[in-house]
Order: sequence, then C-alpha cells, then structure tokens
Amino acid sequence: MRHIISLLMENESGALSRVAGLFSARGYNIESLNVAPTEDPTMSRMTIVTSGSDDVIEQINKQLNKLVDVVTVMDLTDGDHIERELMLVKVRAVGDDREELKRMTDIFRGRVIDVTDKTYTIELTGTGHKLDRFLQAIEHSLILETVRTGASGIGRGDRILKL
Amino acid sequence: MELTGAEITIRCLQEEGVEYVFGYPGGAVLFIYDELFKQEQVKHVLVRHEQAAVHAADGYARSTDKVGVALVTSGPGVTNAVTGIATAYLDSIPMVVISGQVPTSFIGEDAFQEVDAVGITRPCVKHNFLVKDAKDIASTLKKAFYLAKSGRPGPVLVDIPKDVSNQKTEYSYPATVSIRSYNPQVQGDVGQIKRAAQMLLEAKRPMVYAGGGVILSDASKQLTELVHLLGAPCTNTLMGLGGYPAGDKQFVGMLGMHGTYEANMGMQNCDVLLAVGARFDDRVIGNVAHFNSVPRKIIHIDIDPASISKRVKVDVSIVGDVAHVVSDLLAVLNSSKQKPEAAALKDWWKQIDEWRGANSLSYKNSTELIKPQYVIETLHKLTRGDAFVTSDVGQHQMWAAQYYKFNEPRRWINSGGLGTMGFGLPAAMGVQLAHPGATVACITGEGSIQMNIQELSTCKQYNLPIKIIALNNRYLGMVRQWQEFFHGNRYSHSYMDALPDFVKLAEAYGHVGILVEKPSDVEGALKEAFARKDDLVFLDFRTDSTENVYPMVPGGKGLSEVILAEDL
Repeated sequence: MRHIISLLMENESGALSRVAGLFSARGYNIESLNVAPTEDPTMSRMTIVTSGSDDVIEQINKQLNKLVDVVTVMDLTDGDHIERELMLVKVRAVGDDREELKRMTDIFRGRVIDVTDKTYTIELTGTGHKLDRFLQAIEHSLILETVRTGASGIGRGDRILKL
Repeated sequence: MELTGAEITIRCLQEEGVEYVFGYPGGAVLFIYDELFKQEQVKHVLVRHEQAAVHAADGYARSTDKVGVALVTSGPGVTNAVTGIATAYLDSIPMVVISGQVPTSFIGEDAFQEVDAVGITRPCVKHNFLVKDAKDIASTLKKAFYLAKSGRPGPVLVDIPKDVSNQKTEYSYPATVSIRSYNPQVQGDVGQIKRAAQMLLEAKRPMVYAGGGVILSDASKQLTELVHLLGAPCTNTLMGLGGYPAGDKQFVGMLGMHGTYEANMGMQNCDVLLAVGARFDDRVIGNVAHFNSVPRKIIHIDIDPASISKRVKVDVSIVGDVAHVVSDLLAVLNSSKQKPEAAALKDWWKQIDEWRGANSLSYKNSTELIKPQYVIETLHKLTRGDAFVTSDVGQHQMWAAQYYKFNEPRRWINSGGLGTMGFGLPAAMGVQLAHPGATVACITGEGSIQMNIQELSTCKQYNLPIKIIALNNRYLGMVRQWQEFFHGNRYSHSYMDALPDFVKLAEAYGHVGILVEKPSDVEGALKEAFARKDDLVFLDFRTDSTENVYPMVPGGKGLSEVILAEDL
C-alpha cells in the first residue's frame, strides 16, 4: 500500500544521504522524496512516498526514527491529510494548440507562467493523481518537458508534526 | 585558553577516561599523534593493520563495559578500519573511531589519501561526524561517546581534517550532552511488563531466549534470578553466551544453526517465549515460516524498537534497557500471589530432559586423530571455565561456543553478526590489555589466523601473553562442511594448501610455538602453554580434517529439522 511519511530532521550535511541510504540498503521503495528547510533553519522537513506491506511500513518508520539525525516521524496516511505536488510542463504551443492548451490549463486550474512564440510553460499544483490526469488530457506529442516535485504532505486540522 | 584541535582531541579522550587507544599513524593524524606523544594518561597501542586496531578496541569494549577507541589516518586507514567498524556495528559494540581526513580545502579534490569516510562508513556506524571547525571537536566527541554507549550501543566515527586538528580555539569539555533527536527509552512500559508477567505465570511450557543485549546491559544477575523464579529453561544465543551461567541446571545450551537439540526443540515447542536482548536472526531461528508455524506467545524485550517485530511478530513488546526491564519484571512477579504452574513445569522439564537425552553434543573421541571438540573441552577443564576466550569465525568458533561452558558474561568474545575472520587475535589483544593478569585464549583456525597474523608483532611489542589455540585441520572447515553437505563433496578452494610452519612463524615473531599432533599430547601441551605465564604461545593442533559441527540446522530449514551427528 502507498504511504506518505513525513519527517523532521536536523538540517545537517549528510542527513539526506542517511535517509536515502537507509532506503537503498534495506531495499525499501521510494516513489518520491522531497526535502527543504522549515521555518526553523536548523530543521528540514522531508516527505517520502513509499509503498510496502504493513510490516515493511512499520520497519520503515522504526528505522527512520532510529537515525540519529531524524527528530520525528509521522505516517500521514495513518490519518486525515492533504497532499500536494507541483508540476511544471513545457509544451509546444503553436497555431490552434495555443488556445486548446490554455483552455485545458484553466480547467485544471493551472497557470501559464512562461510564454514564447512556440511554447508555454504551465504550472500545476494538486495531488499526483490530478497531475497525471492533466498529462493524459493534453496531446502527448506536445509535451516537451515535465518536472515534478514529488508529493508534499501535511496533516489536517490538529495533526501537527513539530519538535 | 586556546588549544589546537589535536590537543582538544586528546583532552577529550582524557576526560572520557580512555585508557587505551588502538591505532596506526599517518599523514592526516600527525598532529593528533604529536599530542599523544606529549602525554601519558592515554596509552596508545600500535597495531600492524588498521582492521586490527578496531578489533582490539572492540575486544577491549566487549570484555569491559567501556567504550573502545581506535585512531586511524585518512584514506586507506579508514578503508582498512571498515571491516572492524562493521563487525562492531553488527554486534552493537560501543566504540569511537577517530579518523584523520585531508585538509578541509582539499576535500572533494581526490587528494592524496582522501576517501569520503563519513559516506563509506555510513551504513555500518550508529552515527558519524565530519568536524569542520576545531570549536566543534569537544562537543562532537562528547556526543560520540554518549551515542556509542547509550541506547543500543554501536560504533561512532569522528572524521577530523588535518587543518582542523591544527586549528586553535577555546577549549572546554561539555559537562552534559543532549541530542534532541535521540532519546533512547530505558524504562519499559509498566502495563506491558504486567502483561508479560501474567503471560509468563500462566505459561505451561515457558522458555527464555537471551541474547547479547543481556551482556551489553550487564543484566546477567537479573536474568538468572528471573529464570530461577520462572522455573523455565534458558537458552543463549551465540552473542549471549555467559549471560546465563552454563553450569546452571536450567541452562539448555546455545540455540540456532549449531545449537543443542534441547534448546532448538524448546524454542519450537514452548507456549510462551521470553526473548531478552535478542533479535531472532536467521542463524538463530532458521526458517521464519517454519518458526511461526507453531502457536506460541512471544514476549520481546529489546532496547531497539526496530528489532521488535522485524522478523517475527510478537505478542508483547517491551522497549527498554534489559537490566531495567528485567528488574521491573522481577518486581511484578515477586509481588504477585500467583506462582508458576509447578505441575505443568514438571511435565515440560520431563520433555526437555528427553530431548537432552539425545546428547546432541556428544562426539566420538579418538586416540589417533585430535578431535577439535576434545581440545576445547580440555581447554575448559584446565582453565576451569575461567578464561577470556576470543575466537575467529568458522567451525572452531562453533566448537568453542558449544564446548567451552561460560559461566560469566564478557568472557566470550566473538564476531557473531558479521562473522569476521581475523577478529580473534586482535580482539584478544584488547582483552589482554584490559585484563593484564587474566588468562586469554584465542581459539582460531589456520584460515582465520592468517587474516590478521601480523598482529603477532603487536603482541610482542606489548608483551601480551595470549594463548593461541589453532585448530588446524588444513581446510576452511565450515566451507568444507557446507560443500560436503550441500555441494556434492566438491571442495572448491576450501583446502588451505601451502600452510606456513606456525611454530617457526611464532618463533620468528619472538614467541613460543608448539606443534601438537597426537590426542595424548593435547593436555600436556595446553598445560605447558598456560605455565608460560609471560609468553604468547601458539599451539598448532593438527586436528581431524573431516570433523563436522553438529547438531546442524541447515540454512532455510526449521529449528526442529536438525541434523544430529548420529544421523549420518
């Protein structure tokens, strides 16, 4: 089953490699991983999307907690949560396609953030599923480049991951 | 007062009460070696290979309750140390390894003797640090010692670039240490301990399975009291030997791949299993599905939450330090009006005694060929079970574990998790330095001993009167045994051809060598060796080359699917 694990870790050099190394050494899956500092510059927040049986997910949580640089771990999938991913798509936009691509972008509540006479760069935010659907909805041959951040997640309401 | 990074490093070791540093100098650690030279409190032991430095620090740590310390230079110094670090990591041994690094301005430039020490050791340390500023050395070393010793112990590497060791800064050693992301749980959960007590009191066929955690936590006394109170049989893992007295009537021997029949059958047939500081590893429980195929309740005490329900699902988990948890469990049991069920226990012991009757460690002695088991039994008899015994890895290790009956913790020093050949002799050096007057025997084979044979030179330099008991069967015996059982007697590269004359080799290093070829000479040779209190004696026992280790649970099989010697 797919799980989104969120964690706070010391913002130290090498901390990311400890997490990435743990996943490869123990043979766990990583679907996506993103990390950036938080409002407290000594800490980074990481969101890992992984999959595995309940036993594997339990071990992943425990092994992450065991890393000395990891401050706290939460499996967001254990409760209500919000998940968002950012995607930038560069598409070939000439002739009639310009209008169609703009329309699709509006339907998906995206924005065109860079325009040339031949291309659009579209910014789209949502669940990974929504981003997938957008890519399916536009003509495949028009896609020049995509870049996705991987999911970021946060608990709903009172579910707060803090030191 | 301002001190250099190197001065601070040595001051920190003094503050931590470090008695010995095992190491090997090189370019990146020259400033640190210079400071070692200027003081006498911290004694340095010069090994002949960095792997041996780490094993010696490891043996020192295992035989005491202190943190072992090793010091190596950058590049090959670190890579040579890696096997030692991994050995300590797999067996959860408290250790601090200080490595030199190229100057900070050179890092990343593929400089001479540069290696990414933090990266290369990351998967086999509890934690590691690269110190980029001398002002961080004291706090980092304080953290390193704290991390190494607390919680589930393990090796910690501190990498210090050469310029940092020469940089001057204000020094003060921190009085306390706290790491916000690291708070190991010491006390067990009271509710879980009560549940465990109730489960044990209601057990009809209880079994206690105790591992290295008992020794690391210094919990042997509490464990023994608990086992006596429960009236249950107790088995030890390879790492746990000595954690429960082998001479006690409730001890059923070691379990696992080469465990006794009664221990393995007890594991498989008990109704409540109490696992104490043990982790159900593959060499211990064999096939997991087979192990789980019988209904039994499992209580698991371990300081590492990640060890619980990793390979085997448990019913009651208690995270905490073994000594604390077992003491609390004893208190609950002692205050309970309910007592273990005497009638059920009687039936259970009747069954266990039947298994014991299989006499699974019996072997046929010979007047022609020296049986390795006989050498270990004689060693045990002559040392009255009171020696520190280190071992290498292979058949001799299993025979030592089976036939040397350890009554005390921290006497049995071996590489259980990683299975590192070459561990025994350097580990024995650390043990002998920690216990100067004690009898230290290194049980080894002609294969393993050659993996760190150069340490005979270190033993000479520091007058370490270790007794090397080499069970020389002219084969990589355990490999040969598997090839016999599972690879159609094709002895692919397991024959040790062109062996050196170990007697002459020992003499060349300035030691005493004794060749023993007849069973009738075994006892006399051992007596002579032990009479030479001040000498290292290398005993080259030419043992039966085809002897196998029994019992054996083949890889992938269940604990009750055991091969006994008599089956063949």
